[in-house]
Amino acid sequence: MGVTVSQYLAVSALLFAIGVAGVLLRRNMLVVLMSVELMLNAANLAFVTFARMLGGVEGQVIVLFVMAVAAAEVAVGLAIVLVVFRTGETTNVEDVSSMKW
Amino acid sequence: MNEYALGQGLWEMGFAAAVPFTLVALSAMAVLLADLWLLPSQKRALPWAALAGVLLSAASVAFLWNEEATGFGGAIRLDRFSAFFAMVFLLGTGLVVLLSSAYARREGVERGEYYALLLFGTSGAMLMASAVELVTFFLGLEILSVSLYVLSGFFRQRPASAEAAAKYFILGAFASAFLLYGIALFYGASGSTTYAALRESFGSAAFPYSHGLLALAASGLLLIGLAFKLGAVPFHMWVPDTYEGAPTTITAYMSVVSKAAAAAAFIRVFGASLSSLQQDTSAVLWVLAVVTMTLGNVVAIAQTNIKRMLAYSSIAHAGYLLVALTAAGEAGYSSVLFYVLAYVFMTLGAFGVVSLVRKGEGGADAGAEALDISHYSGLAGRHGLLAAAMAVFMVSLSGIPPTAGFFAKFYVFSAAVRAGEVGLAIIGVLNSLVSVYFYMRIVFLMYMKEETVPVRGSRSRAGWVALAACVLGTLLLGVLPSSFARLATESIASIF
Amino acid sequence: MLLAYLPILIWILLCAGLALAIVFLSHVLGRKRPTGAKLSPYECGITPVGDARSRFPIKFYIIAVVFLVFDIEAAFLYPWAVIYKKLALVGLLEMAVFMAVLLVGYLYLWKKRVFDWED
Repeated sequence: MGVTVSQYLAVSALLFAIGVAGVLLRRNMLVVLMSVELMLNAANLAFVTFARMLGGVEGQVIVLFVMAVAAAEVAVGLAIVLVVFRTGETTNVEDVSSMKW
Repeated sequence: MNEYALGQGLWEMGFAAAVPFTLVALSAMAVLLADLWLLPSQKRALPWAALAGVLLSAASVAFLWNEEATGFGGAIRLDRFSAFFAMVFLLGTGLVVLLSSAYARREGVERGEYYALLLFGTSGAMLMASAVELVTFFLGLEILSVSLYVLSGFFRQRPASAEAAAKYFILGAFASAFLLYGIALFYGASGSTTYAALRESFGSAAFPYSHGLLALAASGLLLIGLAFKLGAVPFHMWVPDTYEGAPTTITAYMSVVSKAAAAAAFIRVFGASLSSLQQDTSAVLWVLAVVTMTLGNVVAIAQTNIKRMLAYSSIAHAGYLLVALTAAGEAGYSSVLFYVLAYVFMTLGAFGVVSLVRKGEGGADAGAEALDISHYSGLAGRHGLLAAAMAVFMVSLSGIPPTAGFFAKFYVFSAAVRAGEVGLAIIGVLNSLVSVYFYMRIVFLMYMKEETVPVRGSRSRAGWVALAACVLGTLLLGVLPSSFARLATESIASIF
Repeated sequence: MLLAYLPILIWILLCAGLALAIVFLSHVLGRKRPTGAKLSPYECGITPVGDARSRFPIKFYIIAVVFLVFDIEAAFLYPWAVIYKKLALVGLLEMAVFMAVLLVGYLYLWKKRVFDWED
């Protein structure tokens, strides 16, 4: 009785939902960043699952690409958090609101 | 293997399809490295090096204009469509580089990274337009986005710029994650990520019901990602703040290149590959188009900052683009291409004027950017040429003949009518009427009011060349639209 | 089939219940006389000096980010190495291009003095 494809997909969807909730609910920019990473990794899990289901390796190769993209994104994201912290001494998203319509 | 055979082999593998954006990326790296060894006094050469890269790539696109090639195992494709968009991106980038040459120096950000990132972003946009495989498209999107995240925060010392970058980054990364999940679902539903496989799997109405559901969910997720890049309501929240806080030249670049790239990818994915889902997507697009146009135009009226006003105007224009995408079909999509070309000239021109107008003598912040709309009152008296150029762009943006904006909107709305979306076209025309108010207010201020705050125009020669090119382009597209419209139709025909 | 695991489930529940009960009971029944020493983070250890969340030099951050990016890039080498022979000359050239791009980044970091720890 192995783990089925749909179970993997359910976990992936759940991870994605947790990530979405994290982005929408948490106020610390670093936690928001981590939540985005969680969403990307949920997609990675889906890719690997589908690759297994389809019996190919394409999905696994895609995951490598996604990981590289995610690393670049995190590097830039952390730098932006740092710049925000240096100009405003905060990492709280709600405090970053000098511009309003 | 001798040299000739290797070259031949590479050509047969479709490397030709990669040449244009590879050239841009190579020149980006060259600029980045050159900057490390340049003396501060030699930094003036940077924009010219970047421009040389843009011209080189444009030359390669022109050389390959009539070629067709598919490369890298069916990941990218060179055809008239990708060539058209490559030219649009290169045109936009070239003009932005010209505008930047004085702006960046004045604002103290004349660094190699600035131009290198501009070029990297352009190569990403070109990759998006020529990708015929979802992951390649995603990579292009990320190359463009990550470059723009950095560029929008390029004024590191200014809180507004940091805030612009933070908002753009958080929402941008959020949207890319949605997009990626959509790609994962497409991969699961069709077993491959190439557009050809998508068309095969979902091309007929006969695909299994469960796959249909999966494809719908995937399309929805993909749509969210692209709507974010387009700046369509309700994914527009980042637009005003990012446009206001980012360096003005970067704002111009963002509004033109990133929007055009999103439109290109949209046409390739939804227009050429998933046309069987069109009934479902067009209902969603209809709603998006209406809210985007309306919100953009109505909120733009209330703005006092010129960059913010142009930001809402760009949201409204995303709405017009969505009208064309809703209309679909070859007429709808070729009107998108014409619109994008017209949009490059008029929007870059408007932001270009904004980047050249500065506060004059007498204030504490003389020489700073004059960003308040009231700064534009009486501009015609002091800087006749600058005011005249701005007037042309405003007339074009509001869609009054004989300018590019008129024909752009004309093609979009007539495509909508032909596709049976009469209601949508009427809403679009009404929205254009609303927009006349806030565009013409600028013209009114410049020509009818007395000067309140002394302002002066920058004397950057490169900036003036860029402005002249924008005015010429705006008028040319307005006077001789048919040859450009034919070009757009041909480009669309190459992907169907 | 799942029924075979039922004793394990009961055992887990019992263990968890017992542990929770002990913690809960000691919380309810125990006497609490907080003193300054008891409330310090390390009751029998060294007295903490300052805030644990102090700032540290930016260099650590930059090194970490550089490591992150280059480490991920190395992940592409493994699948390439596995089918290296099949890819033949074109594969070698493609990897050379990839490495050249990384080298550009490396040169950039070098000239920006990211690797100079002293100064």
